[in-house]
Amino acid sequence: MTFMAKPKFHHPQLQKNALGYTRRDYEGPVSTLCAGCGHDSISAAIIRAVYELDLPPHRIAKLSGIGCSSKTPTYFLGASHGFNSVHGRMPSVLTGANLANKDLIYLGISGDGDSASIGLGQFAHSVRRGVNMVYIVANNGVYGLTKGQFSATSDKGAKSKRGALNKDEAIDLVGMALQLGATFVGRSFSGDKDQLVPLIKAALNHKGAAFIDCLSPCVAFNNHDGSTKSFDYIREHNEALNSLDFITGRQEITVEYKPGTVETVTQHDGSRLRLRKIADDYDVHDRIAALSYMQQRAAHGEIVTGLLYVDPEPQDLHAHLNTIEQPLNSLGTHALVPGQTALDKINAAFR
Amino acid sequence: MQPTDIKNPEYFHKVVDCQWACPAHTPVPEYIRLIAEGRYADAFMINWKSNVFPGILGRTCDRPCEPACRRGRIEEEPVAICRLKRVAADYKGDISARMPPKPQQKNGKRIALIGAGPSSMTVARDLAPLGYDLVIYDGEKKTGGMIRTQIPKFRLPEEVLDEEMGYITAMGPEMRLGQRIDSLKELLNESYDAIFVGTGAPKGRDLFIPGRQEASAHIHIGINWLANVSFEHVTKIGKRVIVLGGGNTAMDCCRTSRRLGGEDVKVIVRSGFDEMKASPWEKDDAIREDIPILNYLVPKEFKHKDGKLIGMTFEKVKAEYDAKGRRNLVPAGEPDQYFECDDVIIAVGQENAFPWIERDIGLAFDDRWNMPVVDETTFQSTLDKVFFGGDAAFGPKNIIWAVAHGHQAAISIHKFCQGEDVKDRPPTHMNITSQKMGIHEWSYDNAISVNVRTAVPHQDTHIALKNLRAEVELGFDDRLALREAQRCLNCDVQTVFNNTLCIECDACVDICPVDCITFTEDGEEQDLRTRLNAPSLNLDQSLYIANGLKTGNILVKDEDVCLHCGLCAERCPTGAWDMERTLIDVAQAGSACCTK
Repeated sequence: MTFMAKPKFHHPQLQKNALGYTRRDYEGPVSTLCAGCGHDSISAAIIRAVYELDLPPHRIAKLSGIGCSSKTPTYFLGASHGFNSVHGRMPSVLTGANLANKDLIYLGISGDGDSASIGLGQFAHSVRRGVNMVYIVANNGVYGLTKGQFSATSDKGAKSKRGALNKDEAIDLVGMALQLGATFVGRSFSGDKDQLVPLIKAALNHKGAAFIDCLSPCVAFNNHDGSTKSFDYIREHNEALNSLDFITGRQEITVEYKPGTVETVTQHDGSRLRLRKIADDYDVHDRIAALSYMQQRAAHGEIVTGLLYVDPEPQDLHAHLNTIEQPLNSLGTHALVPGQTALDKINAAFR
Repeated sequence: MQPTDIKNPEYFHKVVDCQWACPAHTPVPEYIRLIAEGRYADAFMINWKSNVFPGILGRTCDRPCEPACRRGRIEEEPVAICRLKRVAADYKGDISARMPPKPQQKNGKRIALIGAGPSSMTVARDLAPLGYDLVIYDGEKKTGGMIRTQIPKFRLPEEVLDEEMGYITAMGPEMRLGQRIDSLKELLNESYDAIFVGTGAPKGRDLFIPGRQEASAHIHIGINWLANVSFEHVTKIGKRVIVLGGGNTAMDCCRTSRRLGGEDVKVIVRSGFDEMKASPWEKDDAIREDIPILNYLVPKEFKHKDGKLIGMTFEKVKAEYDAKGRRNLVPAGEPDQYFECDDVIIAVGQENAFPWIERDIGLAFDDRWNMPVVDETTFQSTLDKVFFGGDAAFGPKNIIWAVAHGHQAAISIHKFCQGEDVKDRPPTHMNITSQKMGIHEWSYDNAISVNVRTAVPHQDTHIALKNLRAEVELGFDDRLALREAQRCLNCDVQTVFNNTLCIECDACVDICPVDCITFTEDGEEQDLRTRLNAPSLNLDQSLYIANGLKTGNILVKDEDVCLHCGLCAERCPTGAWDMERTLIDVAQAGSACCTK
């Protein structure tokens, strides 16, 4: 843990984005997580993604539950809205906030304990309902705050730092998200920002339930030989499907690639995802194929990363519910509390 | 790229920009930390070892360290290094007990030193403890050379000069003051084992334009006039004074004039304001004393009437730059300008003069400049026992250069007298010590102060102008000194990387406030500089390279704007980064590395 505030000085040539902010302006206070924690790299990736997308900090709400991962929103986007909820309840709070104010960008930060154990039901339902959000799980396969017990995403056969063998099956959050209808599913690694940052950018622009499972080694309790979530293990077993560029409408695509190696996905809002394919035969629009591919590769001991599935025409919860265009906080009292006459009318409809 | 050899002291020495830039290589951050701790005497001794005259240089140095200061690349202003040096000198107390004692045994070698200025006195300081018999000659009755004759007392109080020269004279050299050497040939016959020439650049340049002869009673050569003021042969000047020249001597002349009765004093310079040779702060000090500086005026004629100077005419010029960017001053086509005056002081440069060195003694002079041929490393002339230093060696420079020359010449003289090869220079030594005291505790103050540069308090101008001896700059008090000392980035506390411990977790990359760390694929420097996490435009600054990482990537750290805050080391889970204090010890005569 570091007590010192990060010095205010930044590199003299640090670029400003379209809003006039530098990347440093999107930071929070210095992290109090263990030195070297993968979660800090995810925070840095989020900062970079938001900075590069020119997003105004006050249009973002970051929500989290309990755990090491859920502490991280303190350390990024210091000028954004934040809500640190009860353990495992971030998805519900996020859903409620989203229903009340659909104008904000919702960033849910959770961990493997917070989402795969206590909050598994909450996770499932927020994805199933298609809440417009970016749901990032910082997945280290261990309970770090309680000193190293296996979590629900620990692989069967993995060894704890003290040598115990995990005999339980792991919960595959990516598989669940695919099954439950998430319209954007990715997996990445905290140690690979070149992959992670564009993935977060694309997810932030996705108008539906976007889920990213981000492997994030715990240097204190899960970075040893025998761990399947260590830096070395992930680097050895990482099989990237594709490499992603996120392109907002303003930028032109200038680089040319061999036909068949690049796929451009134009999204609903005109922004584009450019996928440079590494696995030739993989189709990012086929949910069922994605599911079986994940399982096949996992059986071979590979950790598949990259953009796994995307629906370019997603629908979100507001569309399902046919809610009003404006966010609730912009409606006057009269619209929100229409009074006895309106209630009588509704009641009459049920008689 | 080749991994950086951090065992070579020169690599980390270069990271300490101030020390690297200082001709005498003073370990600046080390003494600034001591000042912050209130250990002024210790800070003084560090200075004294490197630059010999901390109190003098703390007031008069040209400060090559300050433009080099890393802080100047991060915010606007560098650390006020020079003024902190003065703090060490002002508050050190009695340090006489810490001076080297007179040697018990003499080594039997006799050295003559000609001139008692900064370079000679540095040679004496370095050689006296080694047992040399030193004989110092100077034409003046007092030590100090140009420091005493040319620097006005309102910039450098005489007590400071006397004190610091006194530490050296107390080491026992024989002082033959008032004895000017008129013939090197004769001195060579006096069986000295070596001779050091530190006679400065004593000749002020004159200006031969119409009226010079006729009005000469009221036209003065700057450095001679300053010397006369210093020795109180001159005590007043006319009410209207023109000072010609744009260097520091001109600034001293105009400010001295203001104190000797000059009311309408102006400086007139050929060049533009920004190209003037004077240090910016000296120009500021002159302007503060109501002295206008007029630029782009070339002296044309001294006007006189009945043998008395009445004024000067100048031609107005403008600067034009040719294709190569060289400046030419061409007539502006405007009418000549005329300024009335009672006195003119010419301060347009100074030159070497060696009428006392015979040309038939085997000491070669170059044909073009009529200067002795002196080796730039050893300071040896073509006559092997004669060495040069200070302004006498390569023309007019600043005091700190004279000190640096003195150290090198002392090494050469020592080697020469011991029968060693003077070309075999002693190596630089480096002590390197980890500063780690706990997980996030360091034995240096790694928090970065955001204070802007502290201005030095000045004496009230009305009081200052009434007294030639009233020091204008009052110096920092302990509170201001602490505030300014905290601005130092501790560049000598180095980021040291251990590739075998690194797990490439990116924690250092993420925390670095100035984005100076990158892990990337290997490549050539030119290519690497385009691929770093922050623009790498300052090619003078090194890239710290380490390889041997598991992924095959290399570590690249751009030293340019590193704050030395230690956050990379604090956030490193494996201790692959450490903050280690380097003390770079540049060899001097008599240091362990120099005596076999």
